[in-house]
Amino acid sequence: MAHTLAEKILLAHAEVDDLSPGDIVMVRVDTVMANDVSGPVAFRQMEKIGAARVFDPTRVVMVADHFVPAKDARSAALQKRLKDWALDQGVAFYDQGRGGIEHMLLAEEGWIVPGEVIVGGDSHTCTYGALGAFGSGLGSTDIAAALANGEFWQPVPATIRVRFDGQRRGFVSGKDLILAVIAQIGVAGATNAVLEFVGEGARALTIDERMAVANMAVEAGAETGMFVADQVTREYLADRVTRAWDAMASDADAEIAREVRIDLDALGPLVAAPHSPGNVVALSDAIGTPVEQVYIGNCANGTITDLRQAAAVLRGRCVHPRARAVIVPATQAIYRQALREGLLDTFAAAGAMVSTPTCGACFGGGMGVPAAGETAVTTTNRNFKGRMGSPDARVYLANAYVAAAAAVAGELVDPGELLEAPL
Amino acid sequence: MRLAGRAVAIREDNVDTDVLYPGSYLNIEDPELMSPHLFEGLDPGLRDEMGPDTILVVGENFGTGSSREHVPLAMKASGVSCLVGKSFARIFRRNCLNLGLPLVDCPGAVTRASTGSEVVVDLDAGVVTVDGQEFASAPMPAFMRQMVDAGGLIPWLHAEAAS
Repeated sequence: MAHTLAEKILLAHAEVDDLSPGDIVMVRVDTVMANDVSGPVAFRQMEKIGAARVFDPTRVVMVADHFVPAKDARSAALQKRLKDWALDQGVAFYDQGRGGIEHMLLAEEGWIVPGEVIVGGDSHTCTYGALGAFGSGLGSTDIAAALANGEFWQPVPATIRVRFDGQRRGFVSGKDLILAVIAQIGVAGATNAVLEFVGEGARALTIDERMAVANMAVEAGAETGMFVADQVTREYLADRVTRAWDAMASDADAEIAREVRIDLDALGPLVAAPHSPGNVVALSDAIGTPVEQVYIGNCANGTITDLRQAAAVLRGRCVHPRARAVIVPATQAIYRQALREGLLDTFAAAGAMVSTPTCGACFGGGMGVPAAGETAVTTTNRNFKGRMGSPDARVYLANAYVAAAAAVAGELVDPGELLEAPL
Repeated sequence: MRLAGRAVAIREDNVDTDVLYPGSYLNIEDPELMSPHLFEGLDPGLRDEMGPDTILVVGENFGTGSSREHVPLAMKASGVSCLVGKSFARIFRRNCLNLGLPLVDCPGAVTRASTGSEVVVDLDAGVVTVDGQEFASAPMPAFMRQMVDAGGLIPWLHAEAAS
């Protein structure tokens, strides 16, 4: 029977002869991940299960990234709980200052290869689809069961094929591609489905850009989002993993629910206006919107690619007097790379604040939340009302060129006004 | 399984978990301490409507966004016994089922109900009754039903291990 990529991966991880969309199967996990927010709640649930130890400590990874560095005593207690548990269990643990934002970190550290199944106590676990893996974001009770037993229950999703035709032009990045998808299908458009990204426009993306796309699959309601592993994937993983993996793809005659086509030749920069990632408008329709804060970072767009784009705009310029800028490299490795390339100096010279890797203000956890009445332009993935702290702040989601240009201009502008050509 | 209670209606579609339980309270790990923050970004006044048999009546794609289990944990601690919605977001649905908090998809009942309505959810018959008027609900997959009957994922795992 013909199968989609997602079906093949699930079938290889389940004790069933065959499966099709709608079936609910128990799926074996290759890696279980949790953080300082989802972990401690999961540890309580694991105690209720009656499991004293994790199923396999070599397949469990804990990351301190949300309330990092701890903003108050309650957050510090949470960090201590995570650390004590991880050390006691003997699992991999990336403490504060040692790792960074979980999804970028796990990809970078070689935890993810194509065809694997990763469950994470974080909704953006779908990011691992950038590498052709099945990343499933789960709540803490699911994570507790996966920690105890190495498996989770999963409805087999339908597949929505997203075809990126043509070639990107101008200041268009991975962020714009996924915003274009959400604009077309809506914030619940991929319910009970995976998004499979294909086409020449998909193949042309770097892994950083693929992560930006896969990361926001959940913003369309998807189970996860996936690229097909290829030579780009192979090159990214060459220095990161030693274990073997097979490149899998959907069968040509596999049944899909729907095909969505995005014409990259006709795509310009987009923004998601307040208060939904689905409230997508062309940047050209939002030009002139005054901006008080710019935030470049998060598990979608805190990569070295994003930092280079932001630095290209900010080099030799200053953050506008009306605005402030917070720049958050996603991981320690990205931070150090940016340091070596002189990007952090460029940011500091421009009057931007550079933060240690953290989820920080993206979810209102600290490290630069906007005030009531202020407008922020961010490279993050959610702009729900109150997401960054104040319910009366307004958040626009945009790519790093657009965000950096807004920092310089104090309003949304076309990055082409500041930069002759994209990198 | 049959659940009866008083409706508390949330009309909007795409209500996200950030407004249901803002991120700044995610550093709380004890469920008893979560419920005072439920609905904080949406309408804190909803907390005064909560009673021991509250049935939350909600719109489309309810619970979209973050995986934070703090939301259904706080709902359970606040007396919510069931949710009736037009539809639910993926992780929120999982989290409720895993905690033994039943939810049914029944757009007709949602349209009819308002805060204060008497609601009866009959999971066996697949019927939701609002102030005496009956609506057919979408059938719950067998696995999910087993989990609800067991009281959630953890008791379900215990039962599986015993058999």
